[in-house]
Amino acid sequence: MNARILALHGGLLALLLALHFVLPVYHHGNLARVMVLACYAIGYNLLFGYTGLLSLGHAMFFAAGMYGMGMPLYHLGLGAELAFLAGIAAAGGLALVVGLLALRTVGVAFMIVTLMFSQAFYLAILLAARWTRGDEGLVLAGADRVLFGLDLTDPDIRYLLALGLFALCLSAALWLVRRPFGRVLVAIRENPERAELLGYDIFRHKLAAVVLSGMFSGAAGAAYGLMFGYVGASFAEVHFSIFPLLWVLLGGAGTVIGPFFGVLFMFYLIDISSGLTPAYMLVAGVALVLLTLFAPQGLVGEVRRRWLRWLP
Amino acid sequence: MEFGPYLMLAALEGAVTAAVLALMAAGLSLVFGVMRVVNVAHGEFYMLGAVLAFVVAGMAGGGALGFVAALVAVPLIVGALAVAADVTVLKRVGYDPERTIVATIGILYILQQVTLMGYGPDARPVAAPFNQRIALPWVEWGAGGPSLYWPWGLSITSYKLFVIGAAVVVLALLWILMTRTRIGLVMRATQLDRETAQAFGIPVERVYALVFGLGAGLAALAGVLIVPIQQAHYLMGGDALLLSFIVVIIGGLGSLPGTLIAALLIGLSDGILSVFFSPTLAKIVATLLVALVLVFRPQGLMGKPAR
Repeated sequence: MNARILALHGGLLALLLALHFVLPVYHHGNLARVMVLACYAIGYNLLFGYTGLLSLGHAMFFAAGMYGMGMPLYHLGLGAELAFLAGIAAAGGLALVVGLLALRTVGVAFMIVTLMFSQAFYLAILLAARWTRGDEGLVLAGADRVLFGLDLTDPDIRYLLALGLFALCLSAALWLVRRPFGRVLVAIRENPERAELLGYDIFRHKLAAVVLSGMFSGAAGAAYGLMFGYVGASFAEVHFSIFPLLWVLLGGAGTVIGPFFGVLFMFYLIDISSGLTPAYMLVAGVALVLLTLFAPQGLVGEVRRRWLRWLP
Repeated sequence: MEFGPYLMLAALEGAVTAAVLALMAAGLSLVFGVMRVVNVAHGEFYMLGAVLAFVVAGMAGGGALGFVAALVAVPLIVGALAVAADVTVLKRVGYDPERTIVATIGILYILQQVTLMGYGPDARPVAAPFNQRIALPWVEWGAGGPSLYWPWGLSITSYKLFVIGAAVVVLALLWILMTRTRIGLVMRATQLDRETAQAFGIPVERVYALVFGLGAGLAALAGVLIVPIQQAHYLMGGDALLLSFIVVIIGGLGSLPGTLIAALLIGLSDGILSVFFSPTLAKIVATLLVALVLVFRPQGLMGKPAR
C-alpha cells in the first residue's frame, strides 16, 4: 500500500487520538458521536459512492443493528459483546433479503423499493410495540453496557471505543476498495454493461456490496445504541436514511475519508442551527439543494479533483 | 350497526380518500410521465396547498367566500412556486433522475421547515363552505320483503360528496387538456421523445416548467379540498406522498388511467382495511405490496413494459 495513503489515514486517526486529551467535554462527546455515525456513512458510501447504488432506506440497517443488539440485551440479558455481534448479524441478514429483492430493480425503482422496505421496517417496529416499546424506545441500563469489562457510561472509554470502531471501519473500507473486489464495484458504477462483458458477475458483486454496507451500518447502529444507552424507533425514520446520503454527498462520494468529514460538518451545522431555530432541518434541505447544484463531488471529492488525484 | 351499512360507510370514506389521492397522484404521474423524474417534494406541495388554504381563507374573511378564494388562488400560488423551483434548481441539474431526487428531497425539507417557522406546529382547520349531513338508507329484508331504513350513523356530508365531484371534474378536464388541446399534444410529444420534440421547435424547457407547475397545482388543489375534512399540519405531506407513490406505481408510472384505477383501489381498500384492521398493519402490508410490485412487475399493473 502506498505510503502517503497510509500517512493520511493513519494521520487522521492519530489526530483523533490526540484530540481525546485536549478537547473540552462538550466537543469530546460530540466527536465520539460523529465517529460512530461516520461508520454508518462509510457503510453507505460503500454502496452509493463505490457501487453507484443510491439507497433511500439505509435507516433500516442502522436500526436493525440497533434493535438486533438492544432487544436480546434488554429482554434476554445477553452480554454486550454477543449482543453487538447479534446486531451486526441482524443487519447483515436483513441486507441480504432486501438486496436479493431490491437488486432486481435499478435506478429510480431501486431508490423507491429501498425506501418502501425501510418504511415497512419502521412501521413494523411501531407495530411490535410489546417488545420494542414503539415510539418510546428501550433505555438500556448502565449495568448492561459493559464491553469486555469496559464501562461504556464513562465518556473517556466511550470516546476511545468509538475511535477504535471508526479505525476498524476506516481501514476495512480502505482495504476493501483497494482490493480487486473494490475495483469491480467501481467498474459496475461506471459502466455495468462493460463490467458484465468482462465476465464479472454483477449481481453477486452488488449483493455483496449491499450486505457489507448493511453490516457496517448495523455495526454503527449497535455501537450507537450501546454507547448512548438508547434504542429508539426514530433511528428507523426516513430522516435517518436521508442523513447518510447527505453526509456522503457533502464529504465526497467514493472517497474513504469523505464520509467522516461529511458527518463532522453536518453535525456542527445542525448543532449550531438548532440553537437558533426549531426548524433546523431547513439547513439540511438547503445543503442538499446547494450540493446538487454546485458541488456534486463533495468536500473531499473537490480536493481530489483539484489537488490530490491519488486519494482512494 | 350491522356489517352491510358498516362496509358502505367505509367505502364512502374510502371514496373521499380516493378522490383526493387521484388528484395528487395524477400530478405526480404527469411529472414522471413527461419529465421522467420523481418529485419527492410532491407531498409538500399538497401540504402547502392545505396550509395556504388556511391562510388565504383567513385573509378573505373566512366562510364560503374564503374557501372559494383559496380554491382558486392556492393552486396558482403553489404552481408558480413549483415553476420557480423547476427553473432555479431542476433545470440546472439537467433533470438527471438521481440528482433530481436528491434535490427534491432538499426542497421537501426547505418547504416543510419554512412552513414550520411561518405557520407553526399546530394543526388548523378551514370551515367547509357547506356541510349538511345526509343520512343514507339501507335495505332490510324483513318478513314483508325488502324495505328501506336509515341506520344510525350511516351518513355522509354534502361537502364530502362535493370533494368527490370536484375530483371527477378536474380529472376530466385534465384528460381533455392532455388529449384534445394543443398544449396537451406538445406535452405528449415531449413525453415520447424529448430530442425530436426539441428538433421540431417545441420549447422543451418551458413545457417541463409548465408540467412541474401543473403537477404541483394538482397536489395543492387536493390539499385545499382536504382541509375542511382533515386539518392543515406541516407534516401532513409525508403520508400523502407515500400513498400517491403507491398509487402511481401500482397504476404504472406515467399512465393516467392506470393512476385513476389504482387511486380507487388504494383509496377504497385503505378506507375498508383501516376500519377492520390496525392502520399500522394495513400500511405495512400496502408498503410491502408496492415494493414487491416494483420488484416483480416494474411496469405496474396498467403500464406498458419498458422498451
